[in-house]
Amino acid sequence: MTRDEAFFQFLLRMGDNTLILGHRVSEWCGHAPVLEEDIALANTALDLIGQTQMWLGLAGEVQGEGKSADDLAFLRDAWDFRNVLLVEMPNGDFGRTLMRQFLFDAWHSIMLTRLRDSKDARVAAIAEKAGKEVTYHLERSGDTVIGLGDGTDESHARMQEALDYLWPYVGEMFEGDAVDAEMAEAGIAPDPSGLRADYDALVGRVLAKATLTIPDSRFAHKGGRNGRMHTEHLGHLLTQMQWLQRAYPGATW
Amino acid sequence: MSSPNAAYPDTPQTEDKPPKRHEWPLWEVFIRGQHGLSHRHVGSLHAPDAEMAIKNARDVYTRRNEGVSIWVVEANDITASSPSDKGPLYEPSESKVYRHPTFFDIPDEVGAM
Repeated sequence: MTRDEAFFQFLLRMGDNTLILGHRVSEWCGHAPVLEEDIALANTALDLIGQTQMWLGLAGEVQGEGKSADDLAFLRDAWDFRNVLLVEMPNGDFGRTLMRQFLFDAWHSIMLTRLRDSKDARVAAIAEKAGKEVTYHLERSGDTVIGLGDGTDESHARMQEALDYLWPYVGEMFEGDAVDAEMAEAGIAPDPSGLRADYDALVGRVLAKATLTIPDSRFAHKGGRNGRMHTEHLGHLLTQMQWLQRAYPGATW
Repeated sequence: MSSPNAAYPDTPQTEDKPPKRHEWPLWEVFIRGQHGLSHRHVGSLHAPDAEMAIKNARDVYTRRNEGVSIWVVEANDITASSPSDKGPLYEPSESKVYRHPTFFDIPDEVGAM
């Protein structure tokens, strides 16, 4: 694997995370429990899609086959996606959506903070811009997790259930492989395993305030970020997200 | 209004915490568009507490770069004049034209005031 091949994989991982989560969150548009949350979720989804344009745009450049961010988003099939499994999990109830958001935002904010020091100026610039958005996402999802976790018996039970369900998908974000080793050596991106301590501290603090119990297991579902095996949910998501370009190839507006 | 816990009859009220409300209060939102201008009322929204009201205001009312500062105040905390008091409150000033500073000659050099 050349450095550019590894760099391309790294950029796909960043861009596919934000693309798939952005699409998932956008599924709430018009359905959220209150108007204010509906707008806030739509804003988050739009931020994530905006970040996708930057990551996948750069991925297309690095790949050097003349592909645009749109080409990469809409014309790849499930096995070519490199997002972690966490972000493709279905929304479930509002609590599970916000728990998934929080578990991802926490990792995302730590990752982007490290990427600001990337030796690749383009990566550092994207991280700088996305970092501000994600700082807000984390504040919002963290506060909501605390509010619902430390809320009524009903909301507490739902948030604990969401955490129990999603926790096995957290470990994959800290998995490392040859791509990560290459990126770390080039000074482009940190080794993901090095983010775990900060993550555990941050997540532990918020979940303690939310009176929620972190499951006592480090078992992790894997296979998303290396593309070995996604969950069955990704294909269903893509049929919706990519439908227009599949039915009307090259359609523009 | 029904009792505060009607929607969740099985949820016990604990003694040491204030009773939980099941509808979010209404907040009035004020945004300052630019430094130097004052905050203007832009609308209202629902939120569980002041902090979330600020966040919701950020998401609902500053999406197009409208603001540099947000105030929120619970609508309940605003004391408003009553429309039925319009007569006694405002009519007495109608006949007092001398309260308007329109009887001065402004020198041209001053320009628009």
